[in-house]
Amino acid sequence: MKKTDIIKNGLITDNPTLVQLIGMCPTLAVTTSAINGLAMGLATTVVLIGSNIVVSLIKKIIPDEIRIPSFIVVIATFVTLIGMILKAYFPDLDKTLGIFIPLIVVNCLILGRAEAFASKNKVSDSAIDGLAMGLGFAIALTVLGMIRELFGAGSIFGIDIFGANYQPALILILPPGAFFVLGLLIAGIEGLRNRKEAKLIEQEKAKEAKVE
Amino acid sequence: MSIFAIVISSIFVNNFVLSRFLGICPFLGVSKKVETALGMGVAVTFVTTIAGIVTYGVQYAILERFNLEFMQTIFFILVIATLVQAVEMFIKKASPPLYKSLGVFLPLITTNCAVLGAALLNIQNEFTFVETIVNSIAAAIGFTLAIVLFAGIRERLELANIPKALEGFPIALITAGLMSIAFLGFVGLV
Repeated sequence: MKKTDIIKNGLITDNPTLVQLIGMCPTLAVTTSAINGLAMGLATTVVLIGSNIVVSLIKKIIPDEIRIPSFIVVIATFVTLIGMILKAYFPDLDKTLGIFIPLIVVNCLILGRAEAFASKNKVSDSAIDGLAMGLGFAIALTVLGMIRELFGAGSIFGIDIFGANYQPALILILPPGAFFVLGLLIAGIEGLRNRKEAKLIEQEKAKEAKVE
Repeated sequence: MSIFAIVISSIFVNNFVLSRFLGICPFLGVSKKVETALGMGVAVTFVTTIAGIVTYGVQYAILERFNLEFMQTIFFILVIATLVQAVEMFIKKASPPLYKSLGVFLPLITTNCAVLGAALLNIQNEFTFVETIVNSIAAAIGFTLAIVLFAGIRERLELANIPKALEGFPIALITAGLMSIAFLGFVGLV
C-alpha cells in the first residue's frame, strides 16, 4: 500500500469518527471545548502510534489465540505512560479529561487498528497508519469541540469571538449538545456525499445518452 | 453519600450513557430492537457488578498495599477481560438458554467503557465495599434503562419518514440528544 494512500485513508476516506463511527465515548464526552478535544485527540494519537509500532514488531511472536489480550496489554501500557505524562506536565488537562484518559484503553479505534492493520503490515506502514488515523480522530474531535465552544461559550480555544453581549447557548456544552452537534455534523457530511453521488450518476447518464 | 442518594444519582442524575457518555458504542450499536437491548443491559449489569467487586479487591488488596497504583489501568482491563471470559464459560456450562441469549454480547463487553468506567469511578469516589456494589448495580441499571428506552424509540423511528441525510446514525444521535435533555431534568435531585 502506498504511504499517501494510508494517510488519505486515516484523515478522510476512513476517518474514524465521521466515517467509521468508532470511538464515540471520548468523542462525545470531552469535546466541551476545542482545547479538550485537541488534547484528547493528540493523547489518543500518541497511544495509537505507539501501540501500532509495538504490535507490528511483535506480530510474529504472539500466538493467534491470545492476540487480543496481548494487544490490550500493549495498549494499556501506552495509556498508562500518557496518563503519567499528562499528570506531570498538564495537570489541568488531566483533571478535565478525568477518567477518559484511562478509558483510552477501551477506545475501539486503537484495538481496531491493531487488529486490522498493525498485525498485518510492516512497522513503518503501521506507524504512518497510527499517525493518520490518530490525526483524523484528533481533527474530528477538535472541529466538534470548536463548534460546541463557539456557540456554547462564544469562544474558540478560549479566545472570545462574539464579544461580551453574546448569550451563549449553554445546551451545546451540556451533554445533549454533544449528541446534536455530532449528529448534524455526520448528517452534513452524508448530505454532501449523497449530492456528489447524485451528480456522478447524472453525469454517467448524460454520457450514456450521448453514446446512444 | 447515603446508599439511596447513590442509587438515584447513578441511575438518573449522572446516567452512564446520557450524561457521562460511557458505553456509547453498545448504546448506538445494539439498540435496534428492545429485546436485544434488554439482553445487552442484563449482560452489562452482570459483568459490571462482578467487575466492581473484583476491582475493589484488586485495588485495595494488591495495588495500594504494594504501591502499584500506577498499574491501575493495566490491572483493571486485564481483570475485566478475564472476567468476561470466565463469565462466558460459566454461563455456557450453567445455563445454556441464558448463554444463547447473552452469548453474542459477552465478548463485546470487554471494550464497553461502562464496565471499566464504573470500576474507575468507584475507586475515584472512594466508595466503601457496600457502596461499590450498590453503585455498580445502579450504574448498570441506568445503562439498561437508557438503552431499552432508546431501542423503543428507534423501533418507531424505523417507520418514520426521515430526510435521507439524517437516516441511520445521525437521527439516532439526535434522538439520544433529546433523551439526554429529558434526563437533564433530574439534575438537582441529589
